Amino acid sequence: MKGAEAVIKALEYEKVDVIFGYPGGALLPFYDALYDSDLIHILTRHEQGAAHAADGYARASGKVGVCVATSGPGATNLVTGVATAHADSSPIVAITGQVPTKLIGNDAFQEIDALGLFMPIVKHNFQLRSAKEIPETIRSAFNIAKTGRPGPVHIDLPKDVQEEELDLDKYPIPAKVELPGYKPTKMGHPKQIKLASSHISKAERPVIIAGGGVNIANATSELMQLAELYSIPVCTTLMGKGSFPEDHPLALGMVGMHGTKPANYAVSESDLLIAIGCRFSDRITGDINSFASHAKIIHIDIDPAEIGKNVRVDVPIVGDAKLILNNIVSHLIKMNMNNNNANREWIEYLQSLKKSCTPKMDYSDVPIKPQRIVKGLMNVIRELNIEKRSIITTDVGQNQMWMAHYFKTHFPRSFLSSGGLGTMGFGFPSAIGAKIAKPDFKVISITGDGGFMMNIQELGTIADYNIPVVICLFDNRTLGMVYQWQNIFYGKRQCSVNFGETPDFVKVAEGYGINALRITNPEEIEECLKEALLSDKPYLLDFAIDPSEALSMVPPGGKLKNIIDPITEHPNEKVICFDEIKRRFLEKDSNKNEDTLSEELSESEKDEGIKV
Amino acid sequence: MESIKSEKKEKNNETHTHIISVLVLNNPGVLQRIAGLFTRRGYNISSITVGSTESPNLARMTIVVKGNDKILEQVVKQLNKLIEVIKVSDLSVNKCVKRELCLIKIHAPNESSKSQIIQYTNVFRGKIVDLSQESLTVEITGNSDKINAFVDLVRNFGIKEMARTGLTALMRGPKILKSKKS
Repeated sequence: MKGAEAVIKALEYEKVDVIFGYPGGALLPFYDALYDSDLIHILTRHEQGAAHAADGYARASGKVGVCVATSGPGATNLVTGVATAHADSSPIVAITGQVPTKLIGNDAFQEIDALGLFMPIVKHNFQLRSAKEIPETIRSAFNIAKTGRPGPVHIDLPKDVQEEELDLDKYPIPAKVELPGYKPTKMGHPKQIKLASSHISKAERPVIIAGGGVNIANATSELMQLAELYSIPVCTTLMGKGSFPEDHPLALGMVGMHGTKPANYAVSESDLLIAIGCRFSDRITGDINSFASHAKIIHIDIDPAEIGKNVRVDVPIVGDAKLILNNIVSHLIKMNMNNNNANREWIEYLQSLKKSCTPKMDYSDVPIKPQRIVKGLMNVIRELNIEKRSIITTDVGQNQMWMAHYFKTHFPRSFLSSGGLGTMGFGFPSAIGAKIAKPDFKVISITGDGGFMMNIQELGTIADYNIPVVICLFDNRTLGMVYQWQNIFYGKRQCSVNFGETPDFVKVAEGYGINALRITNPEEIEECLKEALLSDKPYLLDFAIDPSEALSMVPPGGKLKNIIDPITEHPNEKVICFDEIKRRFLEKDSNKNEDTLSEELSESEKDEGIKV
Repeated sequence: MESIKSEKKEKNNETHTHIISVLVLNNPGVLQRIAGLFTRRGYNISSITVGSTESPNLARMTIVVKGNDKILEQVVKQLNKLIEVIKVSDLSVNKCVKRELCLIKIHAPNESSKSQIIQYTNVFRGKIVDLSQESLTVEITGNSDKINAFVDLVRNFGIKEMARTGLTALMRGPKILKSKKS
């Protein structure tokens, strides 16, 4: 058996059913072995699409997503996707082809130091030097990717290793791998669990921050138990969306820079903060010194390095969120620790706060307000009764924050977004992966025009494989989030945020044979969404939205209670066209020529000539 | 609880030198992985020594880091996260044997300076490992303070060249760095 066949065998052993990838010279033996395999290979139109799709697959299913790319440029194109998965602890295995081992280091054609390239953006990576390492390495890679704090693992696979003969009887795929340096902690320390329980039972103003770790650990029912047991309000991070149903009376929405007022106030005024599977990023904490400054902090995380990294912690608990929450709840019940509704006033206060800032969604404005689309989407999902069987992916920027803020998520793994790295271009290809992972779910890719165009080529993928992803394009021809920051923090000096009038997205989609509609009237939203969702075909809905719409926010590094209103102003940046660039350059050149010809041209005249 | 917290806060701000002993799998790229971690997270390495151990598939790195308690805690935790790291230990909290080797080429154009340097070398239990008309090379081993003292002593003769290995260290007593990560 050739090494490449052993790789396929090892992937099959890990119950991989689909690979997202893009072939190339250094991967030819791999693709040749794939020819005889039952593994499904989705050929994306760019390696970045493959990485995001594998990531989307992993986030939607909880299984390990697999992407492959060739050496050199194939590997570099994977980098953004792998880094995105790393920032959000998503388990993927990325395999890159490599030049033959004897050529490594020679600057061979399409050679790059992939091992060094991926090292800082993966949980671990391997470079295979001989085929006999294949069975154990791939087993280890999957084990590392999905256990502990999940993350991407990269395997660099030289071409000659793929071609080398390997006797799988002599080097079988091991049932279990021993990694002497890798023993993730699962069980929380009993002493800390006791201490946490005692804090919880005494708290008067407790609040939970549920992070992505709750979703990853499948700890949502345990979280619900804890919250309901003591009526503890729950806010989530962006990655934690879906860990707690957002229509629940105790739900406060998202916390942080673009958080809701009740969530930000609750965290700022709490006397006990229970953070589960979140890493206190700067987008959550704002000013670190004023963050939850009156609160004792219980931090539950599977990664010990996250505890105490950004904020001081009073009760650190390292381990699996599901097990720990279970232990805390059973401890509280067993000890019959009753807080006698000590936090009733707190709940009432937050409820009234919540009521006072219910966002307005029911706009009938033209151009369409994004809130109206979000409302329409929620209406349609309810009407079609697909709440349990729908997945939203978002891109990055305003579309993401509108969705995070206004869209009510009820179930884990149903809201996928690039949180940590903030990768524009993530939304659409990750929806492809999510749809493949959950073929009977409706998958809706929410994206802005900027992020969509970063991976627009994947329209080819959904068209060719007929993958029924519904793309909802929040189309304002503007890099909205940058424009919003420029307005607020840079005195409305809008620079390089205007996309002009192109392209006609409907025509682009139609060019791929994909159904598409442009929606300018808010009354058509529901109808069009329904049509797209029920069509069971790829569909693009191009919503012409109000470009002046922006979301309130906490300035970076600011106090969480200091929520400022956005400046809503129509984008007015002028875009120069090529003719103008050409005119300026030619003028510059002619001035230069004149300079050399006539020395008498004065400095001031020269300047004037260049400016225009 | 309160008192512990405030105590910790005070500790946090003081910068200390720490000797971190790291047992790693002797794989290609492991040095880059460790060094990359320090660069990426903005921790400063004062010195790093890498060498083989009693076991051929393990290497020991002795890393000297300056930083406050918070930084050190992060260094140890982040190192522990690496799959190829078997064990990390902050030796400065334990009693340990520390040694550094220094080769130093000293300007010595005449007999009197030569004999003086030889005398100094004997006091510091160093060795003369090379001799020429114009210079002599001394090998000196010890902890960093001892080497610093010697370097200061011979500085006036003129140091032509110097190579220091950086600190390497082992715990005193029967304790060893072997156990699996907790």
